[in-house]
Amino acid sequence: MNIIEDKFSVWQKRFSLSGFENKSSELAFVQVPADQTVAFITTVRDLDGYKHLVFFTAVDLLEDGVFRLTYMLHNYTTKHDLGIQTDISRDSASMESIHHLWPHGATYQRELKEMFGIDFPGSPGVNESFVLEGWFAMPPMRRDFDTKEYSEATFFPRPGRKTFDTQEYMKEQLYPSEAETW
Amino acid sequence: MSDSNKQIDEIASQMKMANDGLSEQDKAYFCDTRPHAVEPYKGILEKFANWARSQSLWILGFGTGCGAIELRPLMTSRYDMYRYGIQPRPTPRQACVFVIGGYASVKTAKRIVRSYEQMQGPKFVLGLGSCTVNGGMYWDSYNTINRLDHYIPVDVYITGCMPRPEALLAGFNTLKGMIREGKAEGMNKYIENFDWYKANQKKIIKDWNMPDYNW
Amino acid sequence: MNDILLKALYTLISLFVITNYGLLLGGTMARVRAKVQGRIGQPVWQPYIDIIKNNFKRTGIYHGVMFYLGPVFRLAGGLGTYLFIPAVYGSVVFANFSFSGDLLLVMYFIFFGQLGMALGAGQSGHPYSPLGVGRGLAQMAAFEVPFSLSIIAIAAQYQTLSITELVAAQQGGIMNWIAFTNPLAMIAAMISFLGMSMGNPFSVVIAPQEIPIGPPTEMQSSFLGMLQTNRAIFNGAKLVLFMNLYFGGAASIWVMVIKTFLIYLYTVIVGASFPRFRVDQSIRFFLGIPTLIGIAAVVLQML
Repeated sequence: MNIIEDKFSVWQKRFSLSGFENKSSELAFVQVPADQTVAFITTVRDLDGYKHLVFFTAVDLLEDGVFRLTYMLHNYTTKHDLGIQTDISRDSASMESIHHLWPHGATYQRELKEMFGIDFPGSPGVNESFVLEGWFAMPPMRRDFDTKEYSEATFFPRPGRKTFDTQEYMKEQLYPSEAETW
Repeated sequence: MSDSNKQIDEIASQMKMANDGLSEQDKAYFCDTRPHAVEPYKGILEKFANWARSQSLWILGFGTGCGAIELRPLMTSRYDMYRYGIQPRPTPRQACVFVIGGYASVKTAKRIVRSYEQMQGPKFVLGLGSCTVNGGMYWDSYNTINRLDHYIPVDVYITGCMPRPEALLAGFNTLKGMIREGKAEGMNKYIENFDWYKANQKKIIKDWNMPDYNW
Repeated sequence: MNDILLKALYTLISLFVITNYGLLLGGTMARVRAKVQGRIGQPVWQPYIDIIKNNFKRTGIYHGVMFYLGPVFRLAGGLGTYLFIPAVYGSVVFANFSFSGDLLLVMYFIFFGQLGMALGAGQSGHPYSPLGVGRGLAQMAAFEVPFSLSIIAIAAQYQTLSITELVAAQQGGIMNWIAFTNPLAMIAAMISFLGMSMGNPFSVVIAPQEIPIGPPTEMQSSFLGMLQTNRAIFNGAKLVLFMNLYFGGAASIWVMVIKTFLIYLYTVIVGASFPRFRVDQSIRFFLGIPTLIGIAAVVLQML
């Protein structure tokens, strides 16, 4: 546990890290400013042994007006996971590419472009469709995208759909005698 | 917000189709003629043909969703669908029953349409699971169709999430009864309402990089 | 003139019998396989229904002249194989068109259907079809080697290429069968028969789980019906051929039914017991021990 904190103090001298969170002996998160992220990732990959990109994903923090990108890296020698978090603005969402560090990073970036509309200039094939095959609306994983409205407008909803409160319905239908006692 | 909209328009204009239209060379591989409805035979001949069709149902081995998992126990010793003359077929050309196994995303729907059109008639469709009826638990998803019968004609719906293999067998037996009575004319229905089905399909399948009549 | 008409009638009877026998045999063996897997299995008459259904399909697509001719060649191969084999020894009706030297012709016809199919499948334009045909022909060339060596051995042994004479030479007791007078030739041929019947260890060509179903990927409707009919005839023909060559032929139709049933059952038992070979594995297998056995059988005849 101390090793990672030692490392953090080393990193802090070179990068302006804005936060550090030690979740457990196997997992820690570091908050990095967007313009230093790729440099930081390169450092921890080449110098600290975080050679494996486990996943690369984004979270839409609509209230803060940012996308939070998380690069999860793994160190095979210390069996330690390092999550590198960085916030980028929701408007004109764009980020440096990491495809030169891990070729499969390009695939994650293609997915993020399609699902969140985050651009990664220079990433190979970033404008090709990933799973949606010709999507022309707002990227569907953005939280201001109303999926219900879109579905109703697009997919011919069958009329007569009813929604029940699951707990109440189960009480009445499955255990009618016990429904009063609950 | 307008900034964001402008950006989305920009993104949309940047997006490329996976396969933007077919080349002239590829078009020769596909049939361009509009399909024609085939009238059933009259009288006892059609009855005999329908009996044979109902006794030999070949499923297209295309698991389109999670419901395809129900087809495996159906084939093996516990439920043994071979007893009823049902067997899987790996190519759409030879199959006559299309079991839509549960939810169909837009991407799968495109493949469903293609596979359905490649099957030779008469062909039948079993909608398996609630998702094919009204979208099921994915009813408000941005990428999952709600009503299968707006894209291809469906003969029998089997509700449940998931329906058990017994329910599937019951559905097959219902389908058999319908075929014997001559009610399972889904293919002719599809051809007669071809434009409606095509409009519905094109409404959701945005990168239509295949011919309209691809059998 | 009457002779010709009579011969035509006999041929039709013979074909009718072998077609139905082949279909019923296929249905029975599917049921046997089902029992091995702990299932009840399809009805014995299921192959009939399948063929009727396929011929009653309302639509069918074609990809050109060769696509039409592929199943025709296949059927011609099946018919040719059967019609040059005397099905029942001494019977006028089931003598078919056997003549001296028919063994070579039969061996050619076994190959012929597959070659015709290759042309038809090639024109279908589906990438899996030529792939399946390529695999089929490669495997066929491999199992043809021990089979040919076995034929050479028995032809040298009995100094004839006529199936009727070979059957005649085996009459008069079980010890006269080639299976016992030349066991090495029999073993080599029976191993190659496993490949010929495309039972399980060598079923990679037409197995639905592999490249979908191989050569007939694009075949549908009545094309498929024709192929299924041919499959029954071809199966029957091969069984009758092996019965004639190694197991003393048949003096009556019932003996034929029993012997061919047992020969087919042997391939089903092997098929139910062994997993599937890849095509390179099966080629290596056929060119290994079975070929050596075949060479040994030939060498023993030359000594």
